Amino acid sequence: MSFGNIIRALAGPVLAFASAAVFGQGNQVNMAKGVTEVGAEIYDLHMLILWICVVIGVGVFSVMFYSIIYHRKSRGHEPAQFHESTKVEIAWTVVPFLILIGMAVPATSTLLEAYNTDDAEIDILVTGYQWKWKYEYLDENGENVSFFSNLSTPQSEIYNSQTKGENYLLEVDEPVVIPVDTKVRFLLTANDVIHSWWVPEIAVKKDAIPGFINEAWTKVPEQGIYRGQCTELCGAYHGFMPVEVHAVSREEYDAWLAAKRADKVAQAAAASQALSLDELMAKGEAVYNAQCMACHGMNGEGGVGKAIAGSPVALGDIGRHLDVGIKGVAGTAMQAFGGQMSDVDMAAVITYQRNAFGNNTGDIVQPSDVVNHKKG
Amino acid sequence: MGDHHHGPAKGLSRWLFTTNHKDIGTMYLWFSFAMFILGGAFAMIIRAELFQPGMQLVEPGFFNQMTTLHGLVMVFGAIMPSFVGLANWMIPMMIGAPDMALPRMNNWSFWILPPGFLMLASTLFMEGGAPAFGWTFYAPLSTTYAAPSVTFFIFAIHILGVSSIMGSINIIATVMNMRAPGMTYMKMPLFVWTWLITAFLLVAVMPVLAGAVTMMLMDIHFGTSFFSAAGGGDPVLFQHIFWFFGHPEVYIIILPAFGVVSQIIPAFSRKPLFGYASMVYATAAIAFLSFIVWAHHMYTVGMPVAGELFFMYATMLIAVPTGVKVFNWISTMWRGALSFETPMLFCIGFLVLFTIGGFTGLMLSIAPADFQYHDTYFVVAHFHYVMVAGAVFSMTAAVYYWLPKWSGRMYNENMGKIHFWVSFIGFNITFFPQHFVGLAGMPRRIPDYALQFADFNMMSSIGAFIYGASQILFLYNVIATIVSGKRVTDDRVWDGAEGLEWTVATPAPYHTFEVPPAIDPTPAHG
Repeated sequence: MSFGNIIRALAGPVLAFASAAVFGQGNQVNMAKGVTEVGAEIYDLHMLILWICVVIGVGVFSVMFYSIIYHRKSRGHEPAQFHESTKVEIAWTVVPFLILIGMAVPATSTLLEAYNTDDAEIDILVTGYQWKWKYEYLDENGENVSFFSNLSTPQSEIYNSQTKGENYLLEVDEPVVIPVDTKVRFLLTANDVIHSWWVPEIAVKKDAIPGFINEAWTKVPEQGIYRGQCTELCGAYHGFMPVEVHAVSREEYDAWLAAKRADKVAQAAAASQALSLDELMAKGEAVYNAQCMACHGMNGEGGVGKAIAGSPVALGDIGRHLDVGIKGVAGTAMQAFGGQMSDVDMAAVITYQRNAFGNNTGDIVQPSDVVNHKKG
Repeated sequence: MGDHHHGPAKGLSRWLFTTNHKDIGTMYLWFSFAMFILGGAFAMIIRAELFQPGMQLVEPGFFNQMTTLHGLVMVFGAIMPSFVGLANWMIPMMIGAPDMALPRMNNWSFWILPPGFLMLASTLFMEGGAPAFGWTFYAPLSTTYAAPSVTFFIFAIHILGVSSIMGSINIIATVMNMRAPGMTYMKMPLFVWTWLITAFLLVAVMPVLAGAVTMMLMDIHFGTSFFSAAGGGDPVLFQHIFWFFGHPEVYIIILPAFGVVSQIIPAFSRKPLFGYASMVYATAAIAFLSFIVWAHHMYTVGMPVAGELFFMYATMLIAVPTGVKVFNWISTMWRGALSFETPMLFCIGFLVLFTIGGFTGLMLSIAPADFQYHDTYFVVAHFHYVMVAGAVFSMTAAVYYWLPKWSGRMYNENMGKIHFWVSFIGFNITFFPQHFVGLAGMPRRIPDYALQFADFNMMSSIGAFIYGASQILFLYNVIATIVSGKRVTDDRVWDGAEGLEWTVATPAPYHTFEVPPAIDPTPAHG
């Protein structure tokens, strides 16, 4: 930390007081105006109330500072002895009440607007997991498309061994894609603890609660990438489960959805192929880093979860190992990953765990083993 | 009975077995200051980690333990016991009573606190670590997904709750039964009024908190599903119960602070408190409203729109009585003869910063806007403006104001003023930028953040270190006063101070008002 940075950090907000315009882009001081209609309404409401507060504040503080300056004992000011006035008390009860009514009217209309989830064209089920989001595009014909969205910022950036990228902690491996100018309804729930799905620029924040389904909606008019984060404390890695929304044209969206559907078919086909140990290890390492490392450690040394290195599960019966991976361990943070990753990924990561970190079992687990294990 | 007019016992037994309200008040005050330092140390760890983006000092799991313990220790260990200590010292002296109504219970309600906090602090050394689910401990993060130490946390909360309930019953009993003849309710100093109302709030909501943690205990160990949807329960139920306790809790913290400010501002304005009666009614109105606004902490849980509207309107209403209070304080200063000793400086600091916290509170009450503010640093900034600049500043003012009466010695005024200015500036450097990062989109309770929040976070951390350091100065000043401060002998230490506590000798003798004082029959305030 250079001295210059410290000075800059101290000087920044001083400038902010003078004029927000002096500011570099790096230091946003106000709420995002947002791109949606509801977002703009909320922003206007926020500014309205802020300015009302500023005006009242200036008035109140002026009186106080006038008194502090002119009614000093050191200036020889003799104290008055008045100490009540019913008229004044009534005035400063009624006037604020009327101001509040003035605030409540626009607040109510914006709230009703934000709650109106009618006529949505697309439904997306958003499920919070510790610590990632799952998106499922609901389809009338049952051809749902679903995937997980994980933080893609590498550990090396988080632990400062590599320069942090522009979208540090706000980037994911697979963003949620929505078409512009379309009313999209989000159905939110969670798999474990309560999460909250927030994207400031589209002004949607709604809790994702296990066992319940909440609704929210948006209609994004501009193509672009909108970023957000989980905003309900959900455990150790609460700060590491961002949201990335890509708003694209209708055509792009349709093409993307079709590709996703084709992917699903291809993955099923891949599950019937046999892979070499090297292929499985390479793939397994990638899956491990994305899905397992947060809890089980960079070198399988454990952390929130148990150690993988030298673990009786990773060195013992393959069936038991598959059980843990696919079904999870009830009552612990170890989730059931069977539904979260493809059979190929599951085979790869189990193979990796059995051969990495000094667990040199030489075992190879093929995708077909996973498929068979799931069948029982 | 004359030979019972003895002084304190010698040695440790004086403190262990004391039933004297002044001794117990002193122990509460020292204990709460120790907790303030401990909770502050946790805050320093938080701010050190947040000094720069990236993980530097601690792991995310430990960071969550720090935010959780910081909140719990500050709320239950520092602020609440400090005001109970102040009530112990001052209420009997303000109403002309010889002691609290229930002195043995008084001893007990203090002495169960240290073991309670020892139990809470010991969780840091347990397998799986201390509670890491925030001071609001939302289920199921605090039940199914919590470390085993949660059970100790639950028992600690029970102990603290028992202590608070006993303390409150004692205050209610004292105020209702022990007032000197002629000390009518509407002649009581405002500090006594605000504490009486606070004590009723505590008796009403502490059992609710006890219920919440007991339900957690059942869910964790005895197979119930109060807060688990899989078993037919409801995680949102937890939040309703918690905030039914939690919102009145906020006023439990701030109402005695209002009382302190209402004592000190008239003293240094040399002018009676403006609108005494309306202050009492406003306090009662705030206390009533505190019971019907809890779900404004839960605007994003997916309540029906009618519920959102009800809680929004009710919350906005709180601005009315709160505004009345601020206007009354300023009218008290208006055309007074002001002087700016340290207690008054802290009260003016309170007035300015608490009002800012009130404004952000009003902004937060607007449900649709709260969708953007909720669980961001904007909320963190808001509640530190009311909790620190509100409750802690007023408590600090109280210590400077009454310390000469307690100890018979005057604190170092210059050092007090330096303490104020360093605190005031440090506080604002810490928390003002948090409004900006919150509005810009930084969620609370995260150990690492996106790069656009870096500058303001660094500034916030620097401010926190300054604010933290200024408390060491405070501690030094208090100890130096007690040990070697200039002696004061006037009963009325401050020329503008009013109230029975200034009619007893300085330092206050071990026993005061063994014979009830005569109260001026003319109405004191109107």
